[in-house]
Amino acid sequence: MLEIKKSASLYMLLLPSALLLLCFAYLPLGGLVMAFQDFTPSKGIFGSPFVGIKHFVQFFNSYQFKVTLLNTLKLSCYSIAAGFPLPIILALMCNQMRNGKFKKTFQVITYLPHFISTMVMCGLVLIFLSPSSGLFANIYRFLGGAGEFPNLMADPAAFGHVYVWSDIWQHLGWDSIIYLAALAGIDPSYYEAATMDGATTLQKIRYIDLPLLMPTAMILLIMRVGNILGIGFEKVFLLQNVQNVMASEIISTYVYKIGLQSMQYSLSTAIGLFNTVVNVVILLLVNFISKKLTESSLF
Amino acid sequence: MIRKKRLDQDKVVRILLYAIALIMIVVTLYPLWFVVIASFSDPADVVSGKVWLIPKALNFDGYKELFKQEAIWRSYGNTILYTITGTIAGLAVNLPAGYALSRKDLYGRKIINIFYLIPMFVSGGLIPTYFVVRKFGLYDSFWVMVIPFAVSTYNIIVARTFFKNNLPDSLWEAAQIDGCGTFRYFFQFVIPLSKAVIAVIALWTAVGIWNQWFNALIYIDNESLIPLQLLLRRILITNQSLLGAATGSMAQELRQLSDMMRYASIVISTLPIMCMYPFLQKYFNQGVMLGAVKE
Repeated sequence: MLEIKKSASLYMLLLPSALLLLCFAYLPLGGLVMAFQDFTPSKGIFGSPFVGIKHFVQFFNSYQFKVTLLNTLKLSCYSIAAGFPLPIILALMCNQMRNGKFKKTFQVITYLPHFISTMVMCGLVLIFLSPSSGLFANIYRFLGGAGEFPNLMADPAAFGHVYVWSDIWQHLGWDSIIYLAALAGIDPSYYEAATMDGATTLQKIRYIDLPLLMPTAMILLIMRVGNILGIGFEKVFLLQNVQNVMASEIISTYVYKIGLQSMQYSLSTAIGLFNTVVNVVILLLVNFISKKLTESSLF
Repeated sequence: MIRKKRLDQDKVVRILLYAIALIMIVVTLYPLWFVVIASFSDPADVVSGKVWLIPKALNFDGYKELFKQEAIWRSYGNTILYTITGTIAGLAVNLPAGYALSRKDLYGRKIINIFYLIPMFVSGGLIPTYFVVRKFGLYDSFWVMVIPFAVSTYNIIVARTFFKNNLPDSLWEAAQIDGCGTFRYFFQFVIPLSKAVIAVIALWTAVGIWNQWFNALIYIDNESLIPLQLLLRRILITNQSLLGAATGSMAQELRQLSDMMRYASIVISTLPIMCMYPFLQKYFNQGVMLGAVKE
């Protein structure tokens, strides 16, 4: 009791954020009950009838289940496969730059696109990829490309590439910051010793930089893999159109459509809950494996 | 001999490194530069691929037409208001929490930490959150953009890490001996000593709100409350012309004009952040570092 009293003013400092979390994070968690009901807003959470796992069964049996799950996994895996190693390589490169001014300018420029909003970024993608007037089409013609420039936004097979590479263009530099900091923390005497022994630059990268980056890289990998079904809703949603929907319908866009456009509230909540549960399970799993293999873990 | 070979290889690596870096600089900057010059050029030249390095046939029609739209001014104003109030709210909510959690004598610290961490990993999802926000009467109000999602666990962790590493325990002990309570200590000592972390969190929050649109899409119906990014969605993504419909020869002209407005709208919405960024860069970087420190 005495301890609680002693901490009273600290609790006061926590109060605003705790209240907001209770209202807008924990109350919605309670609202997950909807997934097991036939929820209608007029009857509310307490009046709507319980139907067990009906909505989950309906989702698992639907044609959309396989499509959205596969699309989500494909986009995620592609994102990780390309977007995880590249920032490490960029950081290793940047770390080798001896000219301070050039290095600084290079960093400022490569971080810049990170601050473009998702909306503007998607606008840029659409404008640049326009087959009739876009920058890419013009470059294609300038280089003497034959025929029409393909309409990539209307091609489901191209959606993944557009999504992943525009993302890399935007965030590659920014994502390398963390690795650069880890590299900056390496004791210079390692390099001096390596130079004395006649190591080349590449050997120094291979035998000093890479092993020392491993713990940081593992943590970031765990976080990314743990969020494998939570891939950025906003960008997929904005780049989606009728022609590429076969490849661009992912779980979160489907949740939005079912929930707020077709107003099947319970089904939408059930799909969202499925997504969250899978995410948490994968996160714990990856964390466990990483702990066993590399001794770096999130918790 | 070996030494010579080593130097040769290093030289090749170095040349390659700078070559790749130069290519990356061009690939990063050119699209941005292209948007700027396209926004000042004759749309017919842009479409037919005659604009490459500098504006062609200087033309300000896109900007003129854009600035004539009342909706642009209104949504721009809204975004500025949302950004200012939201940033203040974010600081007011997250800084005290970060400080309290950094204090070792906080009773029940473990449980409170877990309470703050859980929302990072699980959430009720779209629909339950939507109904909760509606129940609180925040639907279609100014405050829905400011209050409900002001708590950022990430920013709280950043603040906590900073306070832990930069405020010596002895300072708090000395203040206590002089009869200073937690509140006074927080406002008189913690805040003034933490300008760096405050700048970091303020910047993050501001950029986040400036770029935010999804909450506006689902919670705001009233035209007079929509933020800039949502208006941009109409201009850039769903291609709704702000200029109305036209037929015949007018249609071609109108299409070109709305093309110009697209480039111009990208410039005016992105410019503030792009211009501020190089000066504030060091704070942004610090933020990433602070957030990365594991407890």
